[in-house]
Amino acid sequence: MTTNPFILDAECLHKAFGGLMAISDLSFKVREGEIKSVIGPNGAGKTTLFNLITGVHPASSGKIHFQGKPINGLKPHVIARLGISRTFQTVELFSQMTVLENVMVGCHPRSRAGLFSSGFRLPHMRKEEKWIRDQSFEILKLGSLLGRADLPAGSLPLGEQKTLEVLRALATGPKLILLDEPAAGLNEVETQKMADLLYSIRDSGVTILLVEHDMSLVMKVSDEILVINYGEKIAEGPPAQIQNDQKVIEAYLGGEALLCLN
Amino acid sequence: MGKNNYLKLLVMAAIIAVVPLIVSGDYHLSILVFMGINCMVVVGLSLLMGYAGQISLGHAAFFGIGAYSTGILTTQFGLSIYAAFLCGILFSSLVAVIIGIPALRLQGHYLAIATLGIGEIIYIIFNEMVGLTGGPSGLSNIPAFHVGGYPFSHSIQYYYLVWGALLVILWFSLNLIHSRVGRALKAMHGSEVAAGAMGINLSAYKIQIFVLSAIYASIAGSIYAHFVSFIAPNNFAFMNSIMFLMMGVVGGLHNIWGAVMGASLMTFLPEYLRVFKEFDILIYGAILLAILLFMPEGFLEGIPMLYRKYFKRGEA
Ligand SMILES: Nc1ncnc2c1ncn2[C@@H]1O[C@H](COP(=O)(O)OP(=O)(O)O)[C@@H](O)[C@H]1O
Ligand SMILES: [Mg+2]
Repeated sequence: MTTNPFILDAECLHKAFGGLMAISDLSFKVREGEIKSVIGPNGAGKTTLFNLITGVHPASSGKIHFQGKPINGLKPHVIARLGISRTFQTVELFSQMTVLENVMVGCHPRSRAGLFSSGFRLPHMRKEEKWIRDQSFEILKLGSLLGRADLPAGSLPLGEQKTLEVLRALATGPKLILLDEPAAGLNEVETQKMADLLYSIRDSGVTILLVEHDMSLVMKVSDEILVINYGEKIAEGPPAQIQNDQKVIEAYLGGEALLCLN
Repeated sequence: MGKNNYLKLLVMAAIIAVVPLIVSGDYHLSILVFMGINCMVVVGLSLLMGYAGQISLGHAAFFGIGAYSTGILTTQFGLSIYAAFLCGILFSSLVAVIIGIPALRLQGHYLAIATLGIGEIIYIIFNEMVGLTGGPSGLSNIPAFHVGGYPFSHSIQYYYLVWGALLVILWFSLNLIHSRVGRALKAMHGSEVAAGAMGINLSAYKIQIFVLSAIYASIAGSIYAHFVSFIAPNNFAFMNSIMFLMMGVVGGLHNIWGAVMGASLMTFLPEYLRVFKEFDILIYGAILLAILLFMPEGFLEGIPMLYRKYFKRGEA
C-alpha cells in the first residue's frame, strides 16, 4: 500500500448553470499539508469550485476524491463530517448567536449528544457539553477573540467576523479547510493577522485551499497556486512560476485589477 | 439550560402549588386543566415552529390520536391506562415519521401541506371507523386516570397531573434548546448553508423535533380523554389545529415561555369574557387583533417592547 500524498483529487470537473459553464474540464490535486491557492478574475468560478467540493452544488460531471474516497453526490453535512470545512465569501455567521456559540456549533461533527440525552441532560451529555465549551474557548484564543465570546456574532466588525468564520470552520476538526477570500475587506494589520492564523492552521496539520484576491498574501503563503479563468485552468504551479506565466499576466491585464506580481 | 430558566421553572412550580389555595370549584379548576393541556401542545409547536422553523397545520390530529388511543384501548381492549398512553405516543410518532420524512427532506413548507392533509385524513378516520371510535357521536365512558389503583375523582388531581407533566416537558424542552441540538436548530435558522457546512443534518433534526412535538400533543390528548371521559371527532378538527397555532402566535413562538403564556391566555379569555354576554366574541376578537397587529412577536416579548417604546418616547 502506497500512501497517497494528495488529500483532494478533482478530475474533469464541469459545472453548468443553465447555458453558462462556470467550471469547465477542471482537474487538479491538493497535496496533504500544503497551502494551495485558487486565483482568477471575478466570476472565474472559484466560489463555484468550493460549492462543488463541499456538496452545495452537484457537479454536472467529473469526479472528486477526498482521501482516496469519492465524495460526489454526498450531502454537505456528510462531506463536512468527512473532514472538509469551509468559510464563505459573503460572511455566513449565525449572527443572532454569540461568538462562543458560533464556535460551539462548529464542534458539531466532533460531538454526539442527541435529542434524548440532551433533553434529559444525561451525564455523558453534560461532560461533552463542557468539552465543547472548553474546546471552543481554546479555538477562540487562537484568533484572539476570547474577549468577544459573549457578543452576538453579527455585532463584530468585519475583520473579526472573517476571523470567526475561520475559527468556526476549524472547530469542526477538518483535515482540509476551504477559505473563500478570508482577507477581503481587511486592512493591512488584519491581513497580517489572518496570514499568521493561516500558518498556525497549516502547522497544526490541516491542509488549506485558499481563494484570495490579495496577491501579496497569496504569493507569500501559498505552496502552490491554481489559476482559473472562465472556469478553466490556465496555470498551476509554485508562486514564482505563476508570477511569470504569460497566460496569467494576460488574464489579469485583460481583467480588472492590475497584479502586484512584483 | 441557564440559571434564568431554572428560576422560572421554580417560580412556575411555586405558582402551580399556590393556585389551588386561591382557586377552587370544579369549573375554575377544569379551566386550569384545559389550560395545562393546551400549553403542552403549544410548547411542542413552539419547538417545531419557533426553533425548527416548520409549520404544522394538523396538530389536533396528534392530540386526537393520543385521546382516541387511550380511549379505545382502555374501554374496548382492557389495556391499562399507562400502556394505552404509551401506545398513543407510539402511534403519533409513527404517523409523524411517516409524513415527516418525505415532507421534511425537502426545503420549504411542505410540512404545512402534509400536516393539513393528514389532519383531515385522521379526522375522517375518527368519524368513519364507527366500530372503534363511535363515529360522529363519539366515544364515552373513558375511565378516569388513576395512580396505583386510586382513580382521580376531582379536577384538582388532574390539575396536578397536567401541570406536573407540563413542568417535566418544559424542563426537557429547555434543556434541549440549551444543548448541541438546540444550537444546531438555531444555526439552521441563521443560515442553512452554513449549518450544513458545520456537519448539521438539517432534515434529521427537523424530523426529530416534529416527532417530539407530536408526542407532546399525544400526551396532552391522552390526559384530555381521561379528564373529560367523552371525546368526539369535532374536538380534533382542523379548527382545533388552527387554535393551537393561534395560541402560539399570540404568546410568541420563538420562546417556549411565550407558548405557555399564549396557550394560557387563550384558554382563559373566552371563559371569563362570558361576563360580557353577547359582546364576548367581539372583545375576544379585538384582543386577538390588537396582539397580532401591535405585537407580531407575541405578547410575551411584545408588551415589554411596546412599553419601552412608549417609555422612551415619554422621556424624549
Ligand atoms: N447559483 C448560481 N446560479 C447561476 N449562476 C451562478 C451561480 N453561482 C455562480 N454562478 C455564475 O458562475 C460564474 C462563476 O461564479 P463564481 O464561482 O462566484 O466566481 P468567483 O468566485 O470566481 O468570483 C459566474 O458567472 C456566476 O454568475
Ligand atoms: Mg467568489
